[in-house]
Amino acid sequence: MYTQALNTQDSAPVAKSDPQADSRFQARVDAEEKIEPNDAMPEAYRRTLTRQIAQHAHSEIVGMLPEGNWITRAPSLKRKAALLAKVQDEGGHGAYLYAAAETLGTSREQMEEQLLSGAAKYSSIFNYPTLTWADIGIVGWLVDGAAIMNQIPLCRCSYGPYARAMVRVCKEESFHQRQGYEIMIALCKGTPAQKQMAQEALNRWWWPVLMMFGPPDKDSLHTESAMRWKIKRFTNDELRQKFVDATVPQGHFLGLTFPDPALKFDTTTQHWNYGEIDWAEFKRVVAGDGPCNRQRMKQMRAKHTDNAWVREAANAYANKRRQRAAAMPIAAE
Amino acid sequence: MSDQSWPLWEVFIRTRNGLAHRHVGSVHAVDATMALHAARDTYTRRGEGLSVWVVPSASITASDPADKDMMFEPTASKIYRHPTFYEIPDEVGHM
Ligand SMILES: [Fe+2]
Ligand SMILES: [Fe+2]
Repeated sequence: MYTQALNTQDSAPVAKSDPQADSRFQARVDAEEKIEPNDAMPEAYRRTLTRQIAQHAHSEIVGMLPEGNWITRAPSLKRKAALLAKVQDEGGHGAYLYAAAETLGTSREQMEEQLLSGAAKYSSIFNYPTLTWADIGIVGWLVDGAAIMNQIPLCRCSYGPYARAMVRVCKEESFHQRQGYEIMIALCKGTPAQKQMAQEALNRWWWPVLMMFGPPDKDSLHTESAMRWKIKRFTNDELRQKFVDATVPQGHFLGLTFPDPALKFDTTTQHWNYGEIDWAEFKRVVAGDGPCNRQRMKQMRAKHTDNAWVREAANAYANKRRQRAAAMPIAAE
Repeated sequence: MSDQSWPLWEVFIRTRNGLAHRHVGSVHAVDATMALHAARDTYTRRGEGLSVWVVPSASITASDPADKDMMFEPTASKIYRHPTFYEIPDEVGHM
């Protein structure tokens, strides 16, 4: 998902663990108690959560780029207003998530630095280009749709600040998906050229979207501990299947064809079976070699340096006001 | 990196008159005015509130979760603080 790149070995030294404290912690988690910022927690739990929430936050922020790319070219004022509001929401999601991660003891500046240096990852999906307006429909319908699938169970995550941030995020995501699907409906009911544009966008995005849920369970490194700690409630494959089952009928309603000849409804399991995912492509994109990785990082770094003057000016202004206030005679005395 | 880190502010919102301000999250800002603007943009994009408070996080004194028992356990034994501790005959009616 937005944190699919967690599937790498954590290279930090293994933290010492205290078996007694760990089992007390696990008992609280098992009893569905929420863990709050200053509570005792195993170092590995803190570290996993920090990485997961930071990756999630980075994904929200980098995710503003492929959509922001279309704001000035939206086909109507209505679509422009909606897209602008959506992209602003994604910035807000990043802000809620950084704040939640900070409660675990890592500063926002540190997290941002890890993103800009390439040490931290963001979702592979944002390394694909938005080539036509139909891609904006697809991103709302499928990318936000997949994000919702993942984020709804995160509202029950054992870590309180993350769960609360997810509640806010989920409330806002529904509009994101619906505005995307509405774009798709408009295109699919439009001219043959518009319909074709919608189909081509689906063809480009379908497989990368399925990869958003992360590697298959059999290759997933951290699923066991994440499930035990109730950070995760469903495995990658379970969420992917839920998503496919929910999405395929929506695509058929649009009159579109999914680019997967193996896609077939299984009447016994009542699930849609889908074909083999190209995990080699997934690994390539996560490792930095997707169609837009370099461009995204370049944009993020440029944003950081180009906006430096704003941060400096804000600091200078606050300092000046503080000094002035300190120099003022205390009138009340 | 040139930017020194901006202080953290806790954000409280009153969703409508008659309700208390409730903690919703936090923002970074150089001063109170900027914190208020950031809180508005971050936490009230859909009519979530009529009033916002921002408080420097460093100004909050919090109880330590490790002291939870010492702080809160004594009340558990004081059941006579609850109305159900007292027996009133049914004939008296609701009290
Ligand atoms: Fe989002
Ligand atoms: Fe979204």
